Amino acid sequence: MLGLAADRLRADMNRLLAFLFHQGILDEQFLQLQQLQDESSPNFVSEVVNIYFHESEKLLRSLRSLLMDREFSDYNKMGIHLNQFMGSSSSIGANRIRNVCVAFRAASEQNNRAGCLRALELLEHEYCFLKNKLHELFQIEQQRVLAAGVRYPMQNI
Amino acid sequence: MAMNGGVTWRRTEKIDGFNFSPTDTAEEVHVLAVDDSLVDRKVIERLLRISSCKVTAVDSGIRALQFLGLDEEKNNDGFNDLKVDLIITDYCMPGMTGYELLKKVKESSVFREIPVVIMSSENVLARIDRCLEEGAEAFIVKPVKLSDVKRIKDYTTREFRAGEGEEKERSRKGINKRKLRDSFDDLSPSPSPSPPSILFPSPSPSPTPPQSQSPSPSLASAPSSPSPLDSPTRRLKMTISE
Repeated sequence: MLGLAADRLRADMNRLLAFLFHQGILDEQFLQLQQLQDESSPNFVSEVVNIYFHESEKLLRSLRSLLMDREFSDYNKMGIHLNQFMGSSSSIGANRIRNVCVAFRAASEQNNRAGCLRALELLEHEYCFLKNKLHELFQIEQQRVLAAGVRYPMQNI
Repeated sequence: MAMNGGVTWRRTEKIDGFNFSPTDTAEEVHVLAVDDSLVDRKVIERLLRISSCKVTAVDSGIRALQFLGLDEEKNNDGFNDLKVDLIITDYCMPGMTGYELLKKVKESSVFREIPVVIMSSENVLARIDRCLEEGAEAFIVKPVKLSDVKRIKDYTTREFRAGEGEEKERSRKGINKRKLRDSFDDLSPSPSPSPPSILFPSPSPSPTPPQSQSPSPSLASAPSSPSPLDSPTRRLKMTISE
């Protein structure tokens, strides 16, 4: 009975991962992170992702407050935030977010404030979506581990 | 971390089964990782640890220099007590960039032999050239993967470099200025069509004199097994597979 639940949960996880890869929300770098998780570091992926969430939220808040400022002109500063966001997104495999950052940066380099605002909204949306999905993924994983009765590292699909 | 009054043990001094070093950490490759991004530090730390390296991760070039003992207050070069075998640093960092850190390391008579690898999320040829000309051992385009770390580690183990007298005679600048395009073809370890993520200033496939060639061809080729397999200590190092 427990075994079936664990299998079902693993199938759920794989389905969710497949969806995320198929949609280009995650890329192979996320797989690389999974490969780095093992008995000696059993929560590696969620640890890194949680750091990513924490940092991303700060960056998003900074970006929004920059753009909301009516006298905003410091595109350079915005570029720095974007580079950070792009870098960390690429390091965890957040492919779509990284791509939005690229577009955002292009708008910023053209001093295109309206374009930047649009990009920011898209970025916030993508980030929200990713965060929800990854939380869902980690929850399923937790349940699966409990159901299986033993701690296993996250499996690759 | 400082072991024994500044004497640096080299692994070639170890005889089968005996370990003259007081602790086991002399066995491991000690890497100093420098990145201002916490996410990236976590990832690179894990990549290195899983590749059996000892890691010290710092968040800035200044801290890296402090760790090495190269900061401005002391004007000594000292010894490489900490036995850092490799420095891997992000390029874009506030304050001191990875490039500036590279220069400082190469200016030091004690530390300039330590290979320095630059990481960057931007694949800009001018940047790559500049780093290699300044003496960087390699340039990795982020995100860094396990295969990148394994290659770097193979290239920069002390054993590999110890005793390779002819290697040191080659002019580093001469090698670094060589066009990278020649090295591009075989370097990508993955089957994906993306450009190579790791670039070495290795000799190109074009004919070159054979004298100091020995370890280089392994850089240009794709196999993941390390080159110097002879010593027992190296065999012990072959642990995790991807």
